Amino acid sequence: MQPCRLVADDLACRRGDRLLVRGVGFALGPGQALHLAGPNGIGKSTLLRVLAGLMRPYAGTVTATGAIALSDERLPLDAHRPLGAALGFWRRLDGPTGAAHDFGLDDLADVPVRYLSTGQRKRAALACLAGSGAAIWLLDEPLNGLDTHWTGVVSHVIEAHRAAGGIAVIASHLPLALADLGVMAMAAHVPEGAD
Amino acid sequence: MNGRASGKLMLIFRRDCALLLGGARGRGGAMLPLLFFLAVAMLYPFGVGPDARLLARTGAGVIWVAALLAAILPLDRLVEPDVESGFFDQWALRGLAEEAVMLVRIAAHWLCFGVPLMLATPIAATLLALDSGQLARLELGLLAGTPGLAAIGVMIAALTAGLRGGAALGGLLLIPLAVPLLIFGAGSLQPGGEAGLALLAAASLAACAIAPFAAGAAIRAARE
Repeated sequence: MQPCRLVADDLACRRGDRLLVRGVGFALGPGQALHLAGPNGIGKSTLLRVLAGLMRPYAGTVTATGAIALSDERLPLDAHRPLGAALGFWRRLDGPTGAAHDFGLDDLADVPVRYLSTGQRKRAALACLAGSGAAIWLLDEPLNGLDTHWTGVVSHVIEAHRAAGGIAVIASHLPLALADLGVMAMAAHVPEGAD
Repeated sequence: MNGRASGKLMLIFRRDCALLLGGARGRGGAMLPLLFFLAVAMLYPFGVGPDARLLARTGAGVIWVAALLAAILPLDRLVEPDVESGFFDQWALRGLAEEAVMLVRIAAHWLCFGVPLMLATPIAATLLALDSGQLARLELGLLAGTPGLAAIGVMIAALTAGLRGGAALGGLLLIPLAVPLLIFGAGSLQPGGEAGLALLAAASLAACAIAPFAAGAAIRAARE
């Protein structure tokens, strides 16, 4: 994997007219992971979109070296197509990436995406992310809807990605069982006077 | 643009075509605008009577109006579903420019909307008692004009994606923007209408040139 780096410098993020967080700064190198912790609505997803470069920061800069993959609450798969064919679109687009992770989706290849359960949708979204071959993973609530078994598998996949020299930024309101994980409490960055 | 990116755009083009053509499995499919277009051609003689001279004089213009109105039908499924499921974000993360993705979508939309319309035009022309000379001018005009109509459609679909009541608003927005195409298209039908055809092609080209940039900017603005 290419050497990758993700640096945020004094970031402030805005959603509409509301300043959500400010003064966010960190630097991540190969193998490192960061947990964005905080309650719903504090700005974790917005921060991830800013880190991904999909939204402009209100202030500060994001510097990323290496490809970025984002997995959020949306599932980028065609709802009417069978899961296998829908995932195949991204597999062809991204090309062979080496690391293949098993999210237990092979048995569901013939099932149309719209019939998948919450947990199955999450696993499909994570399979898209892992298949992208990107070095920097931005994960928005990756454990939502997953049972204990798949929670363990996802943690294992993230660890394997880090071991291969990747970066992971994980937004979650749940505690994460990952080794040597940096935790950033979002609440410390909420501007004063905001509700 | 390097070879890798054009390969990705080709994959996206194939997916766009499959989705836009597909019937109930996809997003309504290409049949609906086509049936609407033919229905107008079929109903018009009922409305004005079977006088073949009147039909032949006005029929070609009616076909242009029908094509313009048929372009409204697919608007709500051109861009919105892919914004909702995050496809545009995923393409952007993979380094594909929104403008390129939109250009691909315009091409796919024209193939699935403009070409079927041109194929159905001989049927509509028969229903409206047009002669072969009129049909040839009409087809030539549609060949020049439908790419512009497709480009305007994709641009408006991108601008209204995510808005409440976006579909209705899109229809209202399309009509004034497509009026030049209608005027020049109808003008090209008159005897000696070559100038109309040239202006039609120019208006269509201008729409095709502007639309990918406007649509790409709309997608980016919608993220904020």
